[in-house]
Amino acid sequence: MPQIVEPRYALTVHPLHAVFVGGALSLFIGAALSDVAYAMSFDIQWNNFGSWLLVGALIFGGVALIFAIVDLFRAQQRARGVIPYSLVWIAAWVVGFFNALIHARDAWASMPAGLVLSVVTVVLAGIATWLGFRTPHIFRTPHISRGAV
Amino acid sequence: MKTLSVIAAVPLLAAVGVCSAQSGSLVGPEPELPKPQQGLLPDMVIAEPAPWGDKVPTVPEGYTIAAIATDLKIPRQTLVLPNGDILVAEGRGGNAAKLKPKDVIAGIIKARGTSPVKGGNRLTLLRDPEGDGTYEASTFAENLNAPYGLALVDNNLYVANQDALVRFDYQPGQTKASGPPETVTLLPSEINHHWTKALTASADGQYLYVGIGSNSNITERGMTAEADRARVWRVNARTGESKTYATGLRNPTALTIQPDTGQLWAVVNERDELGSDLVPDYLTTVQEGAFYGWPYSYWGQHVDERVRPQDPEKVKAAIKPDYSLGAHVAALGVDFSTAAMGDRFAEGVFVGEHGSWNRSEPSGYKVVFVPFSAGRPSGPPVDFVAGFRDSDGTTRGRPVGVTVDPRGALIVADDLSNTIWRITPKQPAGPRTQTDGPASVQTPTSPPTPTQTPTQTPTSTPPT
Repeated sequence: MPQIVEPRYALTVHPLHAVFVGGALSLFIGAALSDVAYAMSFDIQWNNFGSWLLVGALIFGGVALIFAIVDLFRAQQRARGVIPYSLVWIAAWVVGFFNALIHARDAWASMPAGLVLSVVTVVLAGIATWLGFRTPHIFRTPHISRGAV
Repeated sequence: MKTLSVIAAVPLLAAVGVCSAQSGSLVGPEPELPKPQQGLLPDMVIAEPAPWGDKVPTVPEGYTIAAIATDLKIPRQTLVLPNGDILVAEGRGGNAAKLKPKDVIAGIIKARGTSPVKGGNRLTLLRDPEGDGTYEASTFAENLNAPYGLALVDNNLYVANQDALVRFDYQPGQTKASGPPETVTLLPSEINHHWTKALTASADGQYLYVGIGSNSNITERGMTAEADRARVWRVNARTGESKTYATGLRNPTALTIQPDTGQLWAVVNERDELGSDLVPDYLTTVQEGAFYGWPYSYWGQHVDERVRPQDPEKVKAAIKPDYSLGAHVAALGVDFSTAAMGDRFAEGVFVGEHGSWNRSEPSGYKVVFVPFSAGRPSGPPVDFVAGFRDSDGTTRGRPVGVTVDPRGALIVADDLSNTIWRITPKQPAGPRTQTDGPASVQTPTSPPTPTQTPTQTPTSTPPT
């Protein structure tokens, strides 16, 4: 018996979730750029900026992390891309957390490890964002009878 | 969850990796310095304040201790006046902005190990009218700005506020300042990360030495914040003119003049976050024009990699301090002893050690005696007042300023329990106790009765 099925869009990330992912990525990039500026100028204010940008990234990233973990446990509604996205995002957050501890060291003690970790978080957060926003393929036939995946 | 367990493991690992006690090799003129260590989290063990109750600090056999003033408002340094009255500087300073997330978190944690009382910003006068060791307290001066260092030269009482060196007129026996003080000179006070301004007068009373601490642990507030910091100033008492006397002293928290020689000595708090056994706080002579390393190096030529840009020329010029007191003990008080303190403690200095926060196995939290012979430190520090902190972390007090009363008493300010302690030999050393042995020497300055005002006031007793 033929059925009529509405086309479904399986988004990997919820729009609100997406705001936090995007925010965290921007803040991670800001932290890395601040670290570069500190390494080039020895001006301590860049080190302060980097530390606070990292805290912001961890807060935004932490909210996104909660979204990701909830998505992981909602098997029925889980979009395919969410698992690799979540794993990479967790990795980015954990590296970012250690980076925040490194950044708590005084003056140049936070370098060069802080800069290296900042770049790593940007790469990981970038990969995760790309994975997260890449919607799965949806077979979408106009009108009738076959269900979309 | 994974990250949480990692956090919990870090201090444990640090504790296992570090030798547990402040061993003998870490104190004295040639301490063995380990390699710098930097964990993910600095070692932090914070005092857990508790009331004294019936307990008192422990003192050596043959000495007694008594609380002569309680409920003060953050007592720091004391000054024994010629008539036996004691002045106490009370206050808490600093206005350093929290620059990093770490400052916010560490500030909350460290505040748990200190008194919640608001600083008094005043001088309290303690007087023992009967001469029986019972002191009465009255307010000598108010509305000061975090007063710390004290010195008396003739009829001039100098007080080092956190932003200015000020002068009161003082007449022997006076119990209250006759008016507001006049400013001798302003002191560097921008940020005031280390706000305590130590003070002592030269032997001839012509100059005042002021200790000015650095504006950071290790330049993390930028080098521009360190202009005029981490040094000792010499101020002309008459004109207020100041000149830099010695530099590279991270936080010279107490100054004193050696009797006989007139040499300036200091206790200095060194940098944190290089591990439990670095960097030793020290006791040193302060040589005119000398550079003691901060921030570029410590204990001579040990380069601190945390400073950028580095300065090899300054590192080369750095001189070694005289005597290590051990890392993180936080020495905040120093004074030379006198024969009236009894034979065993007659020759040397007393050092008040506020106690560590940046050490897995806490150090300090006591008053030690560093024995001298021929005018130089001659042995390891000996505990003189202890029992401030139990091994389980319970902490009843934290010593700050120490002052020797030439009549034979040690005055110790405790800024956790807000108490002044007075330690005296049970058997006063002096001419009437010849049975003590040949080493018992009368102190020439001690009058027979404590309440008697000397007819003539010589230049000041060197304060803390």
